[in-house]
Amino acid sequence: MAVKNFVVASFDDEAVLFPAVKKVRTAGYKIHDVYTPFPVHGLDHAMGLRETSLHTAGFVYGITGTTTALSCMSWIFTTDWPMNIGGKPHFPLPAFIPITFELTVLFSAVGMVLTFCYLCQLAPFVKKHIFHPRQTDDLFVMAIEVTAKTNAEELKKFLAGIGGTQINEQRAEAGWWYGRYDREDRLFDNKRPEPVNA
Amino acid sequence: MKDQFVVPARLKTTSFVLMGIGLLTLLIGLFAFQGEHGSTRFWAGLLQNSTFFTLIVLASTFFIAATTLAHGGWQIGFRRVPEAISMAVPVLGGILFLLLMILVFTGKTHIYHWLDTEHVAHDPILTWKAPFLSKAFFTTAAVLTIGLWSYFTLKLRKMSIEQDSWDLSKETGKRIIWRNTVWCGGFLVVFVLSVGSTTPWMWLMSIDAHWYSTMYSWYTFASTWVSGVALITLFVIYLKRNGYLPMVNEEHLHDLGKFCFAFSIFWTYLWFSQYMLIWYANMPEEIVYFKPRVWGEWRPIFFLNLLINFVTPLLFLMKRDTKRNYSSMVFIAVVIIFGHWLDFWQMVGPGTYQHLVFPWFEFGIGLGFVGLIIFLVSNQLTKAALVPKTHPYLKESIVHHT
Repeated sequence: MAVKNFVVASFDDEAVLFPAVKKVRTAGYKIHDVYTPFPVHGLDHAMGLRETSLHTAGFVYGITGTTTALSCMSWIFTTDWPMNIGGKPHFPLPAFIPITFELTVLFSAVGMVLTFCYLCQLAPFVKKHIFHPRQTDDLFVMAIEVTAKTNAEELKKFLAGIGGTQINEQRAEAGWWYGRYDREDRLFDNKRPEPVNA
Repeated sequence: MKDQFVVPARLKTTSFVLMGIGLLTLLIGLFAFQGEHGSTRFWAGLLQNSTFFTLIVLASTFFIAATTLAHGGWQIGFRRVPEAISMAVPVLGGILFLLLMILVFTGKTHIYHWLDTEHVAHDPILTWKAPFLSKAFFTTAAVLTIGLWSYFTLKLRKMSIEQDSWDLSKETGKRIIWRNTVWCGGFLVVFVLSVGSTTPWMWLMSIDAHWYSTMYSWYTFASTWVSGVALITLFVIYLKRNGYLPMVNEEHLHDLGKFCFAFSIFWTYLWFSQYMLIWYANMPEEIVYFKPRVWGEWRPIFFLNLLINFVTPLLFLMKRDTKRNYSSMVFIAVVIIFGHWLDFWQMVGPGTYQHLVFPWFEFGIGLGFVGLIIFLVSNQLTKAALVPKTHPYLKESIVHHT
């Protein structure tokens, strides 16, 4: 990962955000990411993100679970340690199905959650730069990467013209790094209100 | 924007041709299956088809009731389609009722052997079940269930059409939601007590009167519900292809596809739950049901059933693109309806005429029912605007996004 320059703009409403995203893309600027307080339907299409491959990963984890369960149980009960359970055959397929099903669900569920966290760059003891403290609260924050071709001053004016507020320039790490929010810079420390004594 | 459906001549012809095939098969069957035991197949074929098709059109009423109670908005854009399909319930229910009464009261049909009072007197299991499996209880339950299904279906349809002439305001909107919720709730109570609990026991499970399975009704319900959703999908796609339903798009189709996918798996879950417990316990009085199906002549049908109704929808509908494509959804909907028809065949066949036969008669009667459904539904679709304009959730349906 690399340290990059960003121009950051905040938007009050998704109705302002959507046209802004379209205009920024049409103008040819490179959107680093858009942070919203809640999932916004259709924003991924507006930003031109590709279809997620999370479900393909889920399918692969699922069949891994199926294969693991079936091969493990059949090896144990036919080869490794055959047991007579209620006079059933050594390869009782119906009895294997519930466990196969459960392992399929377990593998795909756990695998997909971990993949999802990886794709979103979320993990314990991992830090990401926060562009605006209110980006998960009530503001829609758009971060645009300043590339060699970008004129930051023009971009700021452009963003102000399409409804952006609190526009500023930030130099920050684009990816994630080892670190902890409670050890390193504490975002809200200097903004914490004084305790009120009655 | 075309809002008023006009039955195309081709659809009308198709429905009449299919009904003609059905009637012809019925006549041929009447002459081909003569004699005391030969006629069993005739009645069994009719029972299989009329229960199956009645229950899949009833699934449309269930669709309306369930989505209404869930305060769903996405289905409003095509709500008139399940409404029109559900209007076939009184007609098909009437046919089914007539058939059941013939089976129970003529005493010549050999479908339900619990009707034989002398036999029941010497049979401890059937003696114990006698209060339940008796002509009086059977008839009362049939009148009640079919009557109440028809009543609620007609009521829901009547309310929906009546609402078209209202002006949409906050008050009327609230009133629409409230009274629909109340009537749909009432219907669901009836539905769960009938299809979800005792009706399939009486009509289908009592063919094998010694055997019982508490999963049976749920299993039947899952079968007819997934085929019912497939039927709704087919009509929605038909209308869409002919330029109607402008508000319905891939998003709605995607959700119908998810229903087909999810309830195919739900059906398999119940199929397996019923099979596995009986296989595991291995008790003679329970295993008797699976003996002809898994280890007898019906073995290929039994596994074909699993292949068509589980493996095919699972693999086919897993991808997002197939659920959003009109042609692939038509294909899978037809497969699902045929698959569950096959399922009903193997539920009825082994207990009645026992030997595996080529099901030309059953299939012909089935085509007749399909024709009848097309005829009734296309007629009903013309009777009201295709979009319920005053429904307060209509906008939710238009902007629906999966």
